[in-house]
Amino acid sequence: MAMLELKDVHSFYGNIEALKGISLYVDEGEIVTLIGANGAGKTTTLRTITGLIKPRQGTVTLEGEDLTKFKPHEIVYKGVSMVPEGRGIFARLTVAENLDLGAYIRNDKEGIKEDLERVYELFPRLKERRNQVAGTLSGGEQQMLAIGRALMARPRLLLLDEPSMGLAPVLVELIFDTIVDINKQGTTILLVEQNALMALSIAHRGYVLRTGEIVLADSAENLRNNEMVQKTYLGME
Amino acid sequence: MSEKIKYFLERLSWVDIMVWLFGLAILVIAVIGVIGSIHNAYYTKEQWMDFVVFGISQGGVYALIALGYTLVYGILFMINFAHGDIFMAGAFTGYFLAAKLNQYGIYNSHPIISLLLIMLLAMVTSVVVALITERVAYRPLRKAPRLVPLITAIGASFTIEYTFRGLYGSGVEAYPDMKIFVGKTSVFGLRILKVHLLVIILSILLMAGLYAYVQYTKAGKAMRAVAEDKDVASLMGVDVDRVIVNTFILGAALAGIAGVLYALIFKQVHFFMGFIPGIKAFTAAVVGGIGNVPGAMLGGFILGIFEALGPGLILEGLGIPASYQLKDVIAFTLLVLVLIFRPTGLMGERLSEEKV
Repeated sequence: MAMLELKDVHSFYGNIEALKGISLYVDEGEIVTLIGANGAGKTTTLRTITGLIKPRQGTVTLEGEDLTKFKPHEIVYKGVSMVPEGRGIFARLTVAENLDLGAYIRNDKEGIKEDLERVYELFPRLKERRNQVAGTLSGGEQQMLAIGRALMARPRLLLLDEPSMGLAPVLVELIFDTIVDINKQGTTILLVEQNALMALSIAHRGYVLRTGEIVLADSAENLRNNEMVQKTYLGME
Repeated sequence: MSEKIKYFLERLSWVDIMVWLFGLAILVIAVIGVIGSIHNAYYTKEQWMDFVVFGISQGGVYALIALGYTLVYGILFMINFAHGDIFMAGAFTGYFLAAKLNQYGIYNSHPIISLLLIMLLAMVTSVVVALITERVAYRPLRKAPRLVPLITAIGASFTIEYTFRGLYGSGVEAYPDMKIFVGKTSVFGLRILKVHLLVIILSILLMAGLYAYVQYTKAGKAMRAVAEDKDVASLMGVDVDRVIVNTFILGAALAGIAGVLYALIFKQVHFFMGFIPGIKAFTAAVVGGIGNVPGAMLGGFILGIFEALGPGLILEGLGIPASYQLKDVIAFTLLVLVLIFRPTGLMGERLSEEKV
């Protein structure tokens, strides 16, 4: 059974149908990517999984359990963490406080401390700046913080919304390397990206989204070699 | 340099000039008043000290109420205009316990226990009233435009006032004096009223406690996270509705205790007593920067001291008779000045676009 499964999901913003029947699955241990242009419904898909939007139709199941009946904060307890679009860090809180909030659902002091060390190891810059107010961090550091914060919940499934957005190429590489590391340490990943080239280079499988519908689903390698994907999303002629 | 001046002149509008003239006029009037008062020496040094101490103690009460406004505003961007009445609910209910305890002599034989019991009852009453208000008047309107909860808040305010009038009557009830707090005591060589000392100490302790709670506990961090971004906070596993309810509870508990402290200073309660302190505390919250916890504390003390000193120091010097009755003028002039010259308050930050 797939870890996460969406079946025929329809989600709306007011009367606008943002998702027109999405079906996808993520197996345990995978990196799956959702690629597509602006407004294709990538973020909406993630917001539906985390419960911020309730689908009007269709099911979202995590290991067989229906997620749509839970509130967003309850879904976090099921082992799903999200790095929101535009990073969504708490700008007026310090770096350390942001990370503390990442571990909000946990009570095992020892484990939290361990994970904090792990995050600081992953991103030494955060350790240097742990007492700084998060709003003063650079864009790349904020992205590191957002990822670190999501890891603090020790999620089984990590949802990443455009982690490369607005970052310098060097930082994009670093962030993607980290994502691969996180995956190797046992976290399943659903990655939403506009940077299709990078996303397909680390993912196992991918889905191509266009105006609320999945138009292609295949292994990352096949997608990379797909003519339509190359033309539309990889900028190749 | 001349470039800069030219730019400045281009940007200068008549409104700016009028506003600055207005500010200047108030400043001149204040200075004339102060000179007049000092020249005529209406009060002795001891009396001035009394004014200051009185100002600090009523400032402490304002600050405690102001925290309720600021906490709720910080999270919901809503002015809870019923907060003054939540304060009244605590003070008024506390009175009945005080009167009963006094009747049986416990009030003066066990003053500390009595005071704690009264405060506990006041706190519980205020919290219950606040929870009902939140559930009935505010929560169903969470997604409504921002003017709507403001209007219901005013409705809630009247509802609470006249519910208490119906329950307890429209008379003014006198809080009994607690014998151990009658008279003055010496602190660092200053003779100050014991009641004022008690109020100052308690309000500062409560504020320190609140600050520590918001700053260092897990629940406090969750509260600050919700204030910044509700969606992202819920992605951390924070139950946003729960935090909002907690915020109302916290604000109401402080207001309930503030009600008892207020009654200890002014020694009377009635159903409409929440209105003026409520508006004053709102002023204090705005002066300090609404949404900012230390700002509300600072604003409370500043307002309390201004209001205590202002009439004697400024109005008296201008030859205004019975100046103390005009203390509200001082308070609200301060509000107008802050809104004109520093609309974000003394410690407030500029609100970002998305928050507004």
